[in-house]
Amino acid sequence: MGEAILEEVVRSYRGRPEKLIAALLALQRHYGYLPEPALRTLAQELGVPLSKVYGVATFYAQFRLKPRGRHTVCVCLGTACHVRGSEQIFHALKRELGVEPGDTTADGRFTLEVVSCVGACSMAPVVVVDEETHGRLDPEKALALLKKY
Amino acid sequence: MERKMVTLVINGKEVTVPEGTTILEAARQAGIYIPTLCHDPELSPWGGCRLCIVEVRGWKELPAACITPVRHGMVVETESPAVRHARYTLIELLLANHPEDCLTCERTGSCALQDLAYRYGVRRTRFEGEKRNYPIEDSNPFIVRDMNKCILCGLCVRVCSEIMGKAVIDFAYRGVRTKITPPFELPLEKAGCVFCGNCIAVCPVGALFPKPMWGQGRHWEVKKVKTVCPYCGTGCSFYLVVKNDRVIGVQSCPEAPVNGRWLCVKGRFGFGFIHHRDRLKMPLIRDPFLFAKVTWPTALGRVARRLREVKEKYGPDAIGVLASARITNEEAYLLNKFARAVLGTNNIDHCARLCHAPTLVALREAFGSGAATNPLAEIPEADFILVIGSNTTETHPVAAIQIQKALRRGAVLAVIDPRRTEIASRAHYHLQLRPGTDIALLNAMAHVCLQENLWNQEFVIYRTENFAAFREAAMQYPPSLAAAITGVPEALIVEVARRYARAKNAVIIYTMGVTQHTCGTNNVYAIANLALLCGHVGRKGSGVLPLRGQNNVQGACDMGALPDYLPGYQAVTDPSLRAKFATAWGVEIPDHPGLTATEMFEAAAEGRIKALYIVGENPMVTEADTGLVKKALENLEFLVVQDIFLTETARFAHVVLPAASFAEKDGTFTNTERRIQRVRRAISPVGEAKPDWEIVTLLAREMGHPWDYSSPAAIMEEIAQLTPIYGGVSYERLEVEPEGIFWPCPHPEHPGTPILHQENFARGKGRFHPVHFAPPDEQPDKDYPFLLITGRYLTHYHSGTMTRRTPLGFYQETLLEMNPQDMAELGIKPRDRVLISSRHGVLKIEATPNSNLPRGVVFATFHDAENPINTLVGHRCDPRAKIPAFKGVAVRIEKAVR
Repeated sequence: MGEAILEEVVRSYRGRPEKLIAALLALQRHYGYLPEPALRTLAQELGVPLSKVYGVATFYAQFRLKPRGRHTVCVCLGTACHVRGSEQIFHALKRELGVEPGDTTADGRFTLEVVSCVGACSMAPVVVVDEETHGRLDPEKALALLKKY
Repeated sequence: MERKMVTLVINGKEVTVPEGTTILEAARQAGIYIPTLCHDPELSPWGGCRLCIVEVRGWKELPAACITPVRHGMVVETESPAVRHARYTLIELLLANHPEDCLTCERTGSCALQDLAYRYGVRRTRFEGEKRNYPIEDSNPFIVRDMNKCILCGLCVRVCSEIMGKAVIDFAYRGVRTKITPPFELPLEKAGCVFCGNCIAVCPVGALFPKPMWGQGRHWEVKKVKTVCPYCGTGCSFYLVVKNDRVIGVQSCPEAPVNGRWLCVKGRFGFGFIHHRDRLKMPLIRDPFLFAKVTWPTALGRVARRLREVKEKYGPDAIGVLASARITNEEAYLLNKFARAVLGTNNIDHCARLCHAPTLVALREAFGSGAATNPLAEIPEADFILVIGSNTTETHPVAAIQIQKALRRGAVLAVIDPRRTEIASRAHYHLQLRPGTDIALLNAMAHVCLQENLWNQEFVIYRTENFAAFREAAMQYPPSLAAAITGVPEALIVEVARRYARAKNAVIIYTMGVTQHTCGTNNVYAIANLALLCGHVGRKGSGVLPLRGQNNVQGACDMGALPDYLPGYQAVTDPSLRAKFATAWGVEIPDHPGLTATEMFEAAAEGRIKALYIVGENPMVTEADTGLVKKALENLEFLVVQDIFLTETARFAHVVLPAASFAEKDGTFTNTERRIQRVRRAISPVGEAKPDWEIVTLLAREMGHPWDYSSPAAIMEEIAQLTPIYGGVSYERLEVEPEGIFWPCPHPEHPGTPILHQENFARGKGRFHPVHFAPPDEQPDKDYPFLLITGRYLTHYHSGTMTRRTPLGFYQETLLEMNPQDMAELGIKPRDRVLISSRHGVLKIEATPNSNLPRGVVFATFHDAENPINTLVGHRCDPRAKIPAFKGVAVRIEKAVR
């Protein structure tokens, strides 16, 4: 199935280097990230040097070169969350998951991320898992949260 | 179209420049300095470093001079307080995350950032930030990357993509983490880098550095000697960097006339052979089975005695001389004189026989001169480029830079090659013909031009002859017929023919894919016919460029290292020319043309040649039909080999004479453009080695001829007197004309001739030669179903005696390249050993897939003495040029049992 999407993207953008970002978006929408072999094929078919493809893919924060977990655990480290102890929550989650921010657990279950505010300061400290926002946490509650996913 | 002129004032000085000039260019023209870090006149403008900011009266901000065009009446200040203050801050920002290790940095004293900090008095930075901490990348033997020192000027990125067409590196990440890297942080060697090192040549700081020179010395401790590269015929110049009489590296020389700062991996990193421990340091005599080191007088005495004996016993024509395409003009001249005046035979030839002998014959008969018609720098002036049988990016990488330049300017490129080489993949049109069918294709292109009335009638009428006969022949090749013969689609043939004919300026570039056939001479005729038909000769940016393969193969031909020509292509059969040389040399010149290289080996195998004097050539690896060569060498009564290493050929010698390398002698090389350039001695000869000109002189004296050449300059004086095309060449002149001299240059006041055949062809009128396609005599059949093409790799040179003694030797091992489907059908896996057999020999070699080869065609290089691919090539030759068919040997391939 992965191959089909690559073929489709290549078919629509072959020989059109200016469509690089659109092609990257389409690939990421499908895979959840940008796999290296797909980028190599894309570079060749669009006529963009692979170094340029890599440059663009690493320039924009939206593009990811590593596979994503099934769930994204996003710890807010903004001001309000910080004063209410988000640092400890972050360290607890990091220890529990055993990964650095941006990385994914070996079982592919969680990807840990940090953000600087999610606009839910009244509920601080906040952790967002996938689309769900959980507020007024402490390290213990945060760890318990993981079990639900 | 004249550009409007604009006048502005820079630092109180009035400057007038054409409209569209940038402030930076205008200032430089006026001799006013503006600092830059990211600007390069040969690369696209960038405007990234901001150091070239200037103050323009009435403007609010400080514009970057490198990207701001001048306007009429502009008043510019380049060093105002505001400008200086801003530059000071910019330098501080650059230093904020720059390592403070100038004490040990290789670039100290030649670093643009250091110079600017000095100029603007930046002692330290106010901005203490996080320093980068990248590991130093030095996993290859050529380029060290220390990205901690990178100032992100992007020059290396632009060189790689714009000049080289490779785009191996680019900016990645963002903000403070921005870094220049190959994709996925791969090491260079896995990212398609060709290690030309041209990124090093533009890096303003110590971020990129040649690994061989790492820690070898400060730049003020070394001597730099400008000389010419010893590899291909492009004729690049560079500096040899010398410390304590040792060559420690090669550096770009911005004033190099052919190549500027650009070099290839061989030129920049292929110097390690000079001091290799295998260099011959003493003369050797076989005694009787092993080599013994002897003194020069003993060795020379033995050679002179044995040559004299052979001559007395069997006559002078029992001796042959193989000169070299590697030695200087002066040395090639002396060898020609040695053969003709001392030995008394015209049996002298060199390896041009195996490359451009057909060019020498056919272009000479068609145009009057067998050499390239235009300088390489004119390639970008053509709007259509036709590359035939040339793997340009690998065999002439710096010439390929000119093609890349043309592509950037919008030229159209068509490549005729059975293989999808890199240059073919960059081309607009790739005509993937069946090997050996060039004549059908070229005749069909002429057919299209004739049929559609696209040919240059005025040119044909006034400047050519024999058109009617050619027309009749060409009209027998409609594109449909050619399509059937060549396998190239008819529409593609028609389109490319139209493009070539309609181009304002067009060049044809060709090499061995054209010449190394039994119909090599006819192939070249077909090319000349097409150029004449469309009138694409004798103009700036229009011509025919046979690219020569070796540093001085052009010069060796010019100097009469040929059996049928005295120096300057003066035929030995012409009594008046012979008389001229007889008077000058004081001996009679034999009147019949001698044997060619290929014929000499046949003659030696049959016992007609009894002694050979081989200088700087390795026929055991490079000649066709190695079995025959071996038999010939074993058959000789006396073989003397003069070389820098004990080559596969030298092992058969009775006496081996140690020669000096290019770095150890003065002289001149003539490149593929006919440009004569000075080669300069950088170090003293290694051990007791001597320059070839000295050895030949001593040998002639030993044989009773009172030669008294004191220097190569003195030899050039004699050459100039006897060789009209070199008549105006002298060392004094080459010293004051660093761009070199293009022959023909008949007298000292003559400026030289960069473009041939401008008013008239060298022979008067250009002559058409009707040629017909004949199927190549080796065709795949039931027993030998594959067709083998031999060729070269980027990192190797010829029989590899030099390159394989440098770190280049670790790259591009000789393997049999096959189409992956062919491999699958035969059950051959990558790196399986296969048994490859032709009608002439067998060889075991490892196979590797290459999807750029068409099915049924296999490829291997001849660099590797351990995989002597030429054992498979037959000795059947082109009837005129005597060149064997290296491109197209019918072979059978079987999986080998180890």
